[in-house]
Amino acid sequence: MNAVPSPTTPRRRGDALFRGLSRGAGLSILIVLAAVALFLIVEAIPALIPGAVIDSAPNGFFAYVGPLVYGTLFAALIALVIATPLSIGIGLFISHYAPRRIAAILGYTIDLLAAIPSVVYGLWGIQVLAPAVQPTYQWLAENWGFIPLFAGPVSGTGRTILTVGIVLAIMVLPIMSALAREVFLQTPKLHEEAAFALGATQWEMIRIAVLPFARSGLLSAAMLGLGRALGETMAVAMVLSPAAAVTIHLLTSENPSTIASTIALDFPEASGLDVNALIAAGLVLFVITMIVNTLARGIVTRQREKMGEN
Amino acid sequence: MNHIIELDNVNVYYGGFLAVEDVSLDIAPQTVTAFIGPSGCGKSTLLRTLNRMHELIPGARVSGEIRIDGENLYGPDVDPVSVRREVGMVFQRPNPFPTMSIRDNVLAGYKLNHSSQSKAEADEIVEKSLKSANLWKEVKDRLDKPGGGLSGGQQQRLCIARAIAIKPRVLLMDEPTSALDPISTQAIEDLVSQLKKDYTIVIVTHNMQQAARISDRTAFFNIAGAGEPGRLIEFDTTSTIFSNPKERNTEDYISGRFG
Repeated sequence: MNAVPSPTTPRRRGDALFRGLSRGAGLSILIVLAAVALFLIVEAIPALIPGAVIDSAPNGFFAYVGPLVYGTLFAALIALVIATPLSIGIGLFISHYAPRRIAAILGYTIDLLAAIPSVVYGLWGIQVLAPAVQPTYQWLAENWGFIPLFAGPVSGTGRTILTVGIVLAIMVLPIMSALAREVFLQTPKLHEEAAFALGATQWEMIRIAVLPFARSGLLSAAMLGLGRALGETMAVAMVLSPAAAVTIHLLTSENPSTIASTIALDFPEASGLDVNALIAAGLVLFVITMIVNTLARGIVTRQREKMGEN
Repeated sequence: MNHIIELDNVNVYYGGFLAVEDVSLDIAPQTVTAFIGPSGCGKSTLLRTLNRMHELIPGARVSGEIRIDGENLYGPDVDPVSVRREVGMVFQRPNPFPTMSIRDNVLAGYKLNHSSQSKAEADEIVEKSLKSANLWKEVKDRLDKPGGGLSGGQQQRLCIARAIAIKPRVLLMDEPTSALDPISTQAIEDLVSQLKKDYTIVIVTHNMQQAARISDRTAFFNIAGAGEPGRLIEFDTTSTIFSNPKERNTEDYISGRFG
């Protein structure tokens, strides 16, 4: 950001032009962000005023948005719990275990996963995944039902928050495993050799040299995945049968809904203050994602400083 | 403690490329042996075959026989991991693990072998290893600070402490002072002379004065030209190599006529 003033060099038109262009590009991102935020705030205010009568939210906006916030975070969390170990495994396999040819093929395949539109994931979730996992849910509830997470009665369709979590996990997997692979590959040879020279096996080397080095990178990968899972709309809207419930039950038909999918489903039908309520819910999602990103950034910088990295 | 390293007709390959050709030499216990020679002569490559680090590079392999105390390092039943626990190594650039404290760095290799150790036992190893590496006085009050916070010379001594904490039979050093300032270099050289009492040391160095100062025997390697394999030209006591070499080639190199 520090432009070094150099009054002695003559100004060149090309330089000035390019500087202007790039500065404009840089500014445009701030302007767009500010415009979106402004729109959300202005349109949300009518729903946020105390005493506003909203048809879809008879008990006030916050009672309305609370379960949605819960559902958004819960679905994203499930996705992250599934996707994080998987993406670390995939990243490690590609970077440190697979023969080069297989690693390359696997890398392409994962990138392909990222190119599939979320509607397709939604369709697949309804048509294939939900019926396929339903018997497993049944089994889980029968044998592990004493754990509140797996308590019944089990949804007959399999379109539960857990299924949504699985779909979301698959959707965030490409970006997370690509990032994981990247940070694993960046482990300095020096540290890997240090571990090997001490008589570390491949796994011990990964444990003492690769994983500690990759920690901050993995964290930002997880946060990126979380950000994507929080905002994902179509797949959730299609797969989930929502009930605006606040529950930790994974397998029942009483499922918390998410902010993004509620906006997508309800907006076409909404009128009057209901529109403002939905936009206000969008504002809440905007704030949540910002907080997640800020936290992630903070943690990553702290980690870097602790390691004394460059 | 009669640790002898014997190399018989060792050839080292990177894929199809022969990097070091037909080296045979014996290394006596509790001595410092220096490998010298111009860049690309294969001295570091050869050093890395002594703890089977060489084969971590895809396609790299070794033929011939290398024995330590009569045991073939490349025998069919030999696990390279256990070889590396017997033959420690210090690298060109100090490489303490950046996320670990000084204490954990010293214990890193030890923990791999001993899954559970008492705190007293660990404390003793840390103190002993750091004392042997002439680092104890400088770091004893900040053992829990990260190893990356030390100076380059201190980091290198930390790496030596880490290597000797697992009590290897042999210590390999791959240009251990080439990234250090003269004062830190001096500290490492002093340390090498002390460690000789307990370990058999093989050191690769670009610095001929260093080889002359700290080694008992010196092996001179050379290559005939680019793409040619490195060969052992002469191996003798350091005083002979530096004062009265038999080979013309050696004399040219140590007198600075090339390399």
